[in-house]
Amino acid sequence: MAIPLIYNIRSVRVRWASTSVAVLGIAGVVAVFVAMLSMARGFRETLVASGSPTNAMVRRGGSTSEMESAVSLTQVKVVADAPGIAKGSDGNPLVSQEAIVVASLIQRATGKDALVQLRGVSPCVLELRDMVKIRAGRFFTPGLAELVVGRTIPKLYPGFELGAQPRFGGRQWTVVGILDAGGSAFDSEIWCDTVILNQTYKRPVALFQAVTVRLTSAAAFTEFKKTLTADPRLTVEVERERDYYDRQSKMVSTMIRVLGFIVTLVMGIGAVFGALNTMYSAIAARIREIATIRAIGFSEESIILSFLCESLFIALMGGIVGCVVVLPINGYTTSTINWQTFSNLAFAFRITPDLLAEGVLFALLMGLVGGLAPAIRAARLPISIALREL
Amino acid sequence: MKFFPLLIANLFRKKVRTTLTLGSFSVALFLFCLLATIDASFNQGVEVAGVDRLVVLNRTSLIQPLPYSYQERLLQINGVKAVTFAIWFGGIYQNERNFFPQFAIDYTTYPQMYPEFAIPPEQWEAFIRDREGCVVGRGTFVKYGWKLGDRIPLRGTIFPGAWEFNIRAVYEGTRNEDDTTQFWFRYDYLDERRDLGKGTVGWYMVKVDHPDHAAQVAAAVDRLFSNSPFETKTETEKSFASDFIKQVGNIKLIMISIGGVVFFTLLLVTGSTISMSVRERTGEIAVLKTIGFSDIMVLCLVLGESLLLALVGGGTGLVLAKLFTLGGDPTGGFLPIFYLAPRKMAMGLVLALIIGLLCGILPALFAMRLKIVEALRRV
Repeated sequence: MAIPLIYNIRSVRVRWASTSVAVLGIAGVVAVFVAMLSMARGFRETLVASGSPTNAMVRRGGSTSEMESAVSLTQVKVVADAPGIAKGSDGNPLVSQEAIVVASLIQRATGKDALVQLRGVSPCVLELRDMVKIRAGRFFTPGLAELVVGRTIPKLYPGFELGAQPRFGGRQWTVVGILDAGGSAFDSEIWCDTVILNQTYKRPVALFQAVTVRLTSAAAFTEFKKTLTADPRLTVEVERERDYYDRQSKMVSTMIRVLGFIVTLVMGIGAVFGALNTMYSAIAARIREIATIRAIGFSEESIILSFLCESLFIALMGGIVGCVVVLPINGYTTSTINWQTFSNLAFAFRITPDLLAEGVLFALLMGLVGGLAPAIRAARLPISIALREL
Repeated sequence: MKFFPLLIANLFRKKVRTTLTLGSFSVALFLFCLLATIDASFNQGVEVAGVDRLVVLNRTSLIQPLPYSYQERLLQINGVKAVTFAIWFGGIYQNERNFFPQFAIDYTTYPQMYPEFAIPPEQWEAFIRDREGCVVGRGTFVKYGWKLGDRIPLRGTIFPGAWEFNIRAVYEGTRNEDDTTQFWFRYDYLDERRDLGKGTVGWYMVKVDHPDHAAQVAAAVDRLFSNSPFETKTETEKSFASDFIKQVGNIKLIMISIGGVVFFTLLLVTGSTISMSVRERTGEIAVLKTIGFSDIMVLCLVLGESLLLALVGGGTGLVLAKLFTLGGDPTGGFLPIFYLAPRKMAMGLVLALIIGLLCGILPALFAMRLKIVEALRRV
C-alpha cells in the first residue's frame, strides 16, 4: 500500500528552510547545464543554418576551409559546366566564385579591433543562397565599391549603417544594403563584389578561394561530385555546403560541450551531497513519525517509495527553478571567434524544450541518487527503538 | 589546542553528515581549481607574453602577409634590438583532430627572440644543418611518442602538398605556463617549395631595448609603413594576446558566474548543516558553559569546527584537482596549457576558509549568546 503523496509534500513544506537549500543547489546546476548546452547549440545552429542542403562548395584539393583554398578562373569555368547545377532567372548557371578577406574593424562596445569576414560574391548570390534576403536598401551594383552587410554588423561596428561610407582596405566604400540571413553566419559577414575585393586587396584578379554552386536538387550532388573528382583538369574538394559548416562548428561546440559536461558533472556531485544532507536530516528529524507509519502497517517498500518521491519532488522543483532562471538568456546574442575562419561570429543562446527537458531529467537523476540511500535507511529503522527516541 | 579532540569528537558524532559536508567543500574547491585552470589556459598567451616584445601584423588582418623585406627596415628603427618573423603553416598530422601549431621560422633569429624556450645547443646545431629539420615542443613530442630523427609527414592545407620534416631538436619551456606544443621548421624550406606568395611572411616579432620604449617603437613602425601596400599594425605581445582572447568571448564572466553559483550554494548547504548540528547540541553547549567554558571559548569551538571542515574538505578538493590537471587537457588539443598554479590553489584554500568562517559565524554567535538557564530548561 502506498503512503499518500500529500504526506511528503506537507513534510517538505514544514522544513522549507532546508528544502530550499537543496532546491537552490539543484537549480544552480540545472541552470548552468542548460546555459552551456544552449550556447553550444546556438553556435552550431548558426553555422549549420548557413549551409543549404542543395548547395555544394568546391575548394582546392587538401584544403579544409575556404581560408586555405584557392581556385583559378579557368577552374571556375570547368566547375560551371558540370552537370546538376541549377539555372538562375537569367538562364546562367548559379555559381558564386568567392574570395574572403578577414578585416579588422573597431568594435562599438570595446573600441578594440575585431576580425570580420569580408566576402566577395557573384551578383547571383541571392538566388544561390535563398535564405539570405535584403532587409533594407538594395543589393550592390557589380563593379562598384558597394557593400551589403549582415544585420549584426551595424549594431557591432560603428560606421556601417545603411548609407555610411566606411574606409578600409585603402578605399572608400558605401553601405547600400542590410542583409537578413535568418540567424546564420552570413549575418556576421560583409559582402561585396569579388572583383572589387581582389582589386582592393591587391590579389590576382582571376584567383578566388572557393566556388559555391546551387544544384537542381540535393540528390544531384553525387553526380556533380563524381564528375568534378574524375576531371583531370581539377584537383578539388567537393563538399555539401551544409556538411562544410557543420564541420566548422565541431571544434568550438565540442569544446563548450566537454567543458560544460565536466563542470556540470562536478556541480551535480556537489548538489547530490546537498540533497543527501537534506534528506538524511529530514529523516533524522522524523524517526518517530516513520516508526509510527511502519507500526500501523505500511511496508518497507512503501516507505522507500515515499521518501524517493519526496526527494524527486525536491529535485523537480530545483529543476523547474533552474530552467526558469536560465530562460531569459534564450536569444541573448554574443559572439566568438570561429577558429576555422579566424573571424567573429555572432550567435544567440538557443534554449529549446528538449534542452529544458534534459535539464529537468538531470535534476531528477540527482534527486534519485540523493534520495535512495536515505530512503533505504528510513525503511530499515528498527521500529521499537525508533519509537522510543525522543 | 587541547580542545582539538573535542572538535574531532563533535564532527564524528554524525559521520554521514560530516562526510557529506566535507564532500561539498571538496567538490566546490575542485570546481574552483578547474575553472581557474581553464581561465588560465585561455589567458596563457597573456601570462607568458614578453614585456619587451612587439607583434607586427598586416593592418588588414592577421592572415594577410607582410613582405620579407621589412625585416631589414625594422632593424633600422631606433630602439629595436632584434627582429624575427614566422608564418603559420596549418598542416595536418594524420588527421584533423591531431592539432598542434606549426610555424615556419627564421632560424637565424628565432631563439634570441624567445629565451624562455630551452633547446640543447647540439640539437639546435643539427636543426640548422638540416634544411628539412624541425624543432618540436616537449608536449607534442611526448604526446605522439616521437623520437629524435623521426620523419614527420604533414599534409599541407594553406601550402598544398605532402611535407616531410626530420625531428632534430626538442625544446622545453622554462616556466610551467610555457606552451610546449609548437612545431617549428625552416622558413627557407617553405619559401622555396611554395608557388604563391613567395617572399612574404606571416608576422614579425620585434624586441625593443627597453619595455618603456614599446609604445614609441610601435608607433614608429606603423608610421614607417603607412601608405604602403602593406600597412602594419604593431602592438605589444600582451595586448595582442588579450585582445584576441576578448574576441573569443567573455570567458572570465562565464567562469565567475559559474563559480559564484557554486560557492553561494555551498554557503547555503554548509551553513544550514552547521546550524542544524549546533541546534541539536543546545543542551550540551549549556552544560559546557555550566562547567566553566567562557562565551568566547564556545564561539571559538563552533567556528573551529566549521573551519576544520573547510580546511579538510577544501584540501581534499585541491589535491583531487591537482591530480586531475596532471592528467592533461580533457578537450583534446583545444587547451594546450592545462596547468594549475600553486597561487591559484592558495587562493582556493583561502576562499574555502572564508566560506567556512561565514558558515560558522551565525551558529557560533547563537552558541555564544545561549543562556544556560533557558537552554537547560528545554528538552
